[in-house]
Parts: sequence; C-alpha cells; structure tokens
Amino acid sequence: MKHVDEYRDSAAIAAALEHIRRMCSRRWVIMDVCGGQTHALLKHGLESALEESLELLHGPGCPVCVTPAAVLDAATTLSLTPGVALCSFGDMLRVPGSGGSLLQARARGGDVRTVYSPLDAVALAAKQPDREIVFLAVGFETTAPATALAILQARELGLQNFSVLAHHVCVEPAMRQIAADPVGRVQAFLAAGHVCTVTGYETYHAFVHDTGLPVVVTGFEPVDLLRGLSVCIDLLETERADVVNAYDRCARPEGNPHARRLIESVFQVADVPWRGLGVIPSGGLAIRPAFSAYDARRRFGLDTTNTNEPESECQAGAVLTGRIKPPACPLFGTTCTPDTPAGAPMVSSEGACAAYFAYALSGEVTDA
Amino acid sequence: MPDGDGGWQPACPAPASHDGERITLAYGEGGRLTRRLIQERIVRRFGGDTLAALGDAAVFDLPAHRVAMTTDGYTVTPLFFPGGDIGRLAVFGTVNDLAVSGARPRAISLAMVIEEGLSWDTLDRVLASVHDALEATGVSLVTGDTKVVPRGAVDQLFLTTTAIGEVFFLMPGPKGMEAGDALVVSGPIGRHGAAVLCSRENFGFDPPPVSDCGSLLAPIEALWKAAIPVRCLRDATRGGVAAVLHEWSMSSGLGMTIDALAIPVTPDVRAVCELLGLDAVHLACEGTFVAAVAKDHAAQALETLQAHGCESAAVIGEVTATRSTPVRVRTASGREIPLDEPAGSPLPRIC
Repeated sequence: MKHVDEYRDSAAIAAALEHIRRMCSRRWVIMDVCGGQTHALLKHGLESALEESLELLHGPGCPVCVTPAAVLDAATTLSLTPGVALCSFGDMLRVPGSGGSLLQARARGGDVRTVYSPLDAVALAAKQPDREIVFLAVGFETTAPATALAILQARELGLQNFSVLAHHVCVEPAMRQIAADPVGRVQAFLAAGHVCTVTGYETYHAFVHDTGLPVVVTGFEPVDLLRGLSVCIDLLETERADVVNAYDRCARPEGNPHARRLIESVFQVADVPWRGLGVIPSGGLAIRPAFSAYDARRRFGLDTTNTNEPESECQAGAVLTGRIKPPACPLFGTTCTPDTPAGAPMVSSEGACAAYFAYALSGEVTDA
Repeated sequence: MPDGDGGWQPACPAPASHDGERITLAYGEGGRLTRRLIQERIVRRFGGDTLAALGDAAVFDLPAHRVAMTTDGYTVTPLFFPGGDIGRLAVFGTVNDLAVSGARPRAISLAMVIEEGLSWDTLDRVLASVHDALEATGVSLVTGDTKVVPRGAVDQLFLTTTAIGEVFFLMPGPKGMEAGDALVVSGPIGRHGAAVLCSRENFGFDPPPVSDCGSLLAPIEALWKAAIPVRCLRDATRGGVAAVLHEWSMSSGLGMTIDALAIPVTPDVRAVCELLGLDAVHLACEGTFVAAVAKDHAAQALETLQAHGCESAAVIGEVTATRSTPVRVRTASGREIPLDEPAGSPLPRIC
C-alpha cells in the first residue's frame, strides 16, 4: 500500500495546507466535479482546514446523483418483469426513483443482482440463456469503456439475451453549463483525474479558451488534492487561464486511446438528461444504431425521456451546480438524511449531501 | 434392475453409500433415516454422555452461580471461505459472544436447517469443522436439532448454536466506561467481511483475504488473569468496529474517538477496501474484539494481548466526554470527522 500511504502522509498534508493558506490573497471559489474528490476533501478534513482561504464547491461529479428518476423507474420496471434480471452496481440500489429504489423492488420480488463489472452481467447472460439479462450502465467516461466492452463481448458470444440500459454522461459539457450559469461563482475547476485517465485533457484547452476559467487535472488522495488546489490557486493568483495536469502519475494528455476507441466504437455523443440539471447538449453517450440489439430501451420499448422529477423541495439541482452548498438546503439533515433521502446526492456514496452529512455536520466537528 | 446397456448386473446394484450422495427430505422427517443421520453423523462424531442420551433436553450440572447464555443463527454464502466455514463460524461466533461477556462456555447446542439436495460430503465437512472448533475451545455439544426443508426454502445450510457458560470475568459494561479510557482492538480488523465478500464475488485477489474466524477465549482469559481493569468487551461482528463504537456511545452517553492511522488493517484487507470503496471499520470481524480499558492499564493490556496470540493488538483511540458528534475519526490531517454508523451491508461503489 506504499502508493496510497505516501499520498496520505500527515506531515506532507500539514505542509501543503500551510502552503495553500499562504498563497491565497483572497478567498477563491473552486469547484470539483468528481464525487470521489468531494468525499476525499471532506473525509480527510481538507475542506474545513482550508475554510478561511478557499470556498470549495462540489459539482455534478456523482454518476448516481445525475441519473434521472425515469432511468431508475425503467430499471425498477424491468426488474419486476417476469423473466428479466436487472444487474447493477451496488451504489445504484438505494437511490430512490419515483416508485422507490431497486432494493425496494427486490423486496417486492424484483430480480435485482449486484455486479462488480458489466462483464459479470455478460457472464450471467451466457450462463442463463432463458433469462433476459439487463445491465443498468451509469457513470462518466470512467465506466463507459467497460460497458462498451460488455456489449462487444456479448456480440462476440452471440448472446441474444443481453442488453444494456445505458445512462453514461460526459463531464466536460456539464462543466460548460455550470461555467455559463449567470449566477454561478466558480472561478476555477479541478478536473476529475480518473475521467482524464480515459479521456485525456486536451479537450479542456477549448474549454479554458471559451470560459476563461483555469482547469487543473487532480487526483484523489489528500496530497494529490492539495497539489491540485495549490496549482489552481497559483493560476488564479497569477491570472493565468490554463490547463495544468497535477495528476501526472496517472493522467496523460491523450488519455487512454484503447479505452477511448472502445467508447467510440459502441457509443455516440448525444443530448442527455441529467438529474437536477435538465438536458445537457452533448452531455452523454447513446448506444450506436449498429448495436441497437443490445439497447434495453429498444428491446423493451422503454421511454426514459421524461425529465420530471418526483415533487420535492430537494435542492439537488442547486447543489449539483454549486449555487448552494448542501447544508443550505432546507431539507438537509432534517427530513433528508442518508436513511430517508429526499434526493440522490444524499443517498449515493459519492453524493455531496451524503458527504456533508457523513463528515462535516456544521458546528459539530469543531466543537471539541 | 436394468443397467445402462439394458442388460442385468449380476452384482448387488446398491450404491456405494446407503445414503446416496445428497440429503433428501426423508432425513428430516423424524423416522429411521433421521435417527441414522443423528447417530452416525452427530453422536458418533461428537460423543459425550449428555448428547448420547438423546433426551428431549440436555441435563447437566453447572457449578457456577452466575451463568451467561447466548444464541446466534448462521447463514453465509459461500459455506466455505478462506479462513473458515459455516461450522467453524457457528462455534466460534457463539463462543466469542460468551467470551466477551466474561464467560467460559460449558455446553453448546447445534440446530441445523438443511436444504434438500445438500451433499453429504458438504455436511460432513461442516460437521468436521464444528468438531475441530469445539475441541479447540473445550466445549461439549450437548443437544441439537435437524430439519431438512424443500429445495429453495433455505440457502444450503443454516446453523443455530446456543451456548451456556460460567462467568469468570465481571466487567462493568459500557455504563462503567470513563472519559480517558483507552479503546483497544485485539487484532487487524475487517478480515472476515473482506474474506467472505471476495470469496462470494470471486474477485480473484491473490492472495485472497483470510477470515479471522477464531476463538477469543484465550486472550480474554489472559486479560482477566493479568487483572486488567477492562470496562467492557465486544466482538466486532456485523457492522464492524464502527457499530461497536456507536453502540457503546449510545449506552454510555460518552464519545469515542479513534485514530485513522492507529487502526491495524492487513495489506490484503486494505487493498480490498481501496479498490471497492469500503472502510475496514465497517467490515465484520469474527475473531477480533474491541475493549475499553482504564487508561493507565492500556500498555499492560497490550502487552498481555501480544503475549497471547494477538500480536497486532493496538490502542486505536479513547473514550471522550459527551459530544454532539460522539463517534469520530482523527484523520491524517489531524482533523476529526464523524465516524459513520453502517446503515446496511456495505455496497461497493461505481468508480
């Protein structure tokens, strides 16, 4: 675990925190767009340690949070359809759609299976030819290559009973929407390091050119995050809008060409609804017509274009765009808790509300 | 009887074993076959006069004034995992419930609910494992029950063990904890949860994480002999160390703070946690306890544990005064954050 420990070293963290505090001439507003980073910033106490120097906002970086209720409802319907098994990653199971969560569907008799890879669902389809196996595929560019691989593998095996209910989203178009928000306050972005290991970060040059906001490719461990923040502050203090890679141990400018080819062979860019943000132009990936046999929407005649969300005072959209921080939502910590979530950001293990609830209940952490 | 070629076999066509390969419903219906299962597989293996009497209840003497009793049901998929199996789990799990209550087990019962079609070989392997675990802890099987249910009614094999023990170590319990007490774990945490998860899902970690499934009796007896003022003990089973700390905090009204860097975790369990987005403090242990010990005796408690097979025992934190966020972790950055109470079984994340 050497490669984890050295990025969690307390002395290195303390030094980096002090360095950042000294650098800031004003309280900059920086947004991360990755649920893993949101959680790490709060879990390791970095956000509160930098409270006076920086305002950290947490954007739509949680794939579970931005999956529309209509997609979850379609998954629930499939799981309750005789002869169909719905396979999903574990953290989708507790997210409420308009008719309850997949876990609740399972308790009602739905066939819901947890898998750890889309290829597990392909293997299940090969093993159970009499059952329709549907994989609920969500996530950013990090999970899309594995979904593409699953579809290619199913085709290679000649499987007739495997399909994918895909809701893959792309992070950069969502960042553009946030950057263009007339009431937005974001001054710089931390780009999600793991997404960049797949996509690379060359596309961000156009983003920086168009928006004037610096982008720093950043990792996930405390020392990685502090390095990303310090590079970001340096760009802000010296008024340089640029793309800098502060996660060079993993991310390359061109990303992972093999993974990118996999995505491109199976998916095409599409306008896609994001929960809480509405339809984002070019904001996601749709299965190419050549692979429509593996598209669960076509196979089962599902319509997931409805963007109406269950009626609620939940401020998920404002949280995901950085207009407010989770504790500012009237439901936060009162009627909305991880046990009784009003919205996806509270239930998902990557959600911003869940992170604030789990790690930084205001007034409680510093009362010792 | 015709054989595969349609001719006749001159020899006796009975199968090699008179019970066949798999357990049928008939073995649970209380007749001759049930008796044969109990005689040949239970009584012959576990011996003992009390068991062999096969009465409706076990009757025996227990000299102690103060006894402890506990019962637990066991279901695990898969039945066999690195470091243990359901039989070993059913003995040590129940023995440990007594041990952390300061009691030495004297008698144990074993109830089995068997799914029709389970192989005799599987049952025999589990019973052999029960036998070895009982021998290791010196406790006698005195009574039991066997049911066979139709296929699908249970998942292969469910076991329930109930044990009675004599109390030797009186501890005040969570209400006797004081601010400043040291929180000690007897070994690396989360091994059982990680082992079962990886084995069930075939993750292919090499080497795979191995369960800590084992008896806690010896180290607890050692703490008692060394006269360590232990406030309370709890084996960190489902919900892991986090669940224990939350329960203690609820019943004592005090705070619990642990140090992220002080918690012993084996490299294999850490690797599983890092890859799946889990936290070892939420994973089950089956041979590791948490103790609250008077502060001035923490070093002596560690020495005692380390001399009795718990080489990785460690002080992981301390009991604090009452606070609004009672259970906390001190992170590497020196900040304290709340330690989440597990809501259900941990669900691995997407990416």
